[in-house]
Amino acid sequence: MPVLHIINKSPFEKNSLDTCLRLAKTGSAILFIEDAIYATQKNTAVAAKVDAAVGKYSVYALKPDLDARGLDKNEIIDGISLVDYEGFVQLATEYSGVQSWL
Amino acid sequence: MSATKKLLYVNRKAPHGSIYALESLEVVLIGAAFEQDVSLAFIDDGVYQLMLNQDTSGIGVKNFSSTYKALGDYDINQIYVEKESLELRGLSKENLLPLTWEDEDDDWAEKDSIQVVSSKELTDIIEKQDVIFSF
Repeated sequence: MPVLHIINKSPFEKNSLDTCLRLAKTGSAILFIEDAIYATQKNTAVAAKVDAAVGKYSVYALKPDLDARGLDKNEIIDGISLVDYEGFVQLATEYSGVQSWL
Repeated sequence: MSATKKLLYVNRKAPHGSIYALESLEVVLIGAAFEQDVSLAFIDDGVYQLMLNQDTSGIGVKNFSSTYKALGDYDINQIYVEKESLELRGLSKENLLPLTWEDEDDDWAEKDSIQVVSSKELTDIIEKQDVIFSF
């Protein structure tokens, strides 16, 4: 059963994103929240690996955390879906388990 | 009275995921009362502290980003942002808050407080300091 992987750390500060991408099974979901939001932007040093992940996983980002950080939703990598808190809960119920890469 | 010291505050953390950024800003503003030669450096994820258009209403925390605009009024106008950190994040100066100060020696002309500097330039800035505070 597919798992919802949640990442909350900046990809420039911690290796949570790399570990998640190494271990998450194709077809599972990845949700970026808090400082992991910085991974969603085009033209960053990690954009290529996130771009590749979009083809392999369902990728989501929590919009309130995006807004808080002043990031432009037009600069989000194509294929990443924005969700609100209700969408976050919905994802948690849809998947068989939740893995938080703290 | 002791001589004026050169103080540098080094900011390396993103703004809302931890308390470092807000704590640093508060210490800087409190310290401004001591009339020292203050500089701020923004490196690594610290550059995100200065992002324009931050709206924290959805996450229920204080939006302190507008407070950076007050730094100029406290005579804090040496704000260094590392170029390499911006580039790694796909950012440029246009993505940052327009921080300014008024130069009383130049008919109160409004001047830019932010200087985007290379790692090499920042090395020299760090070397010139008397005290360095890390956040």
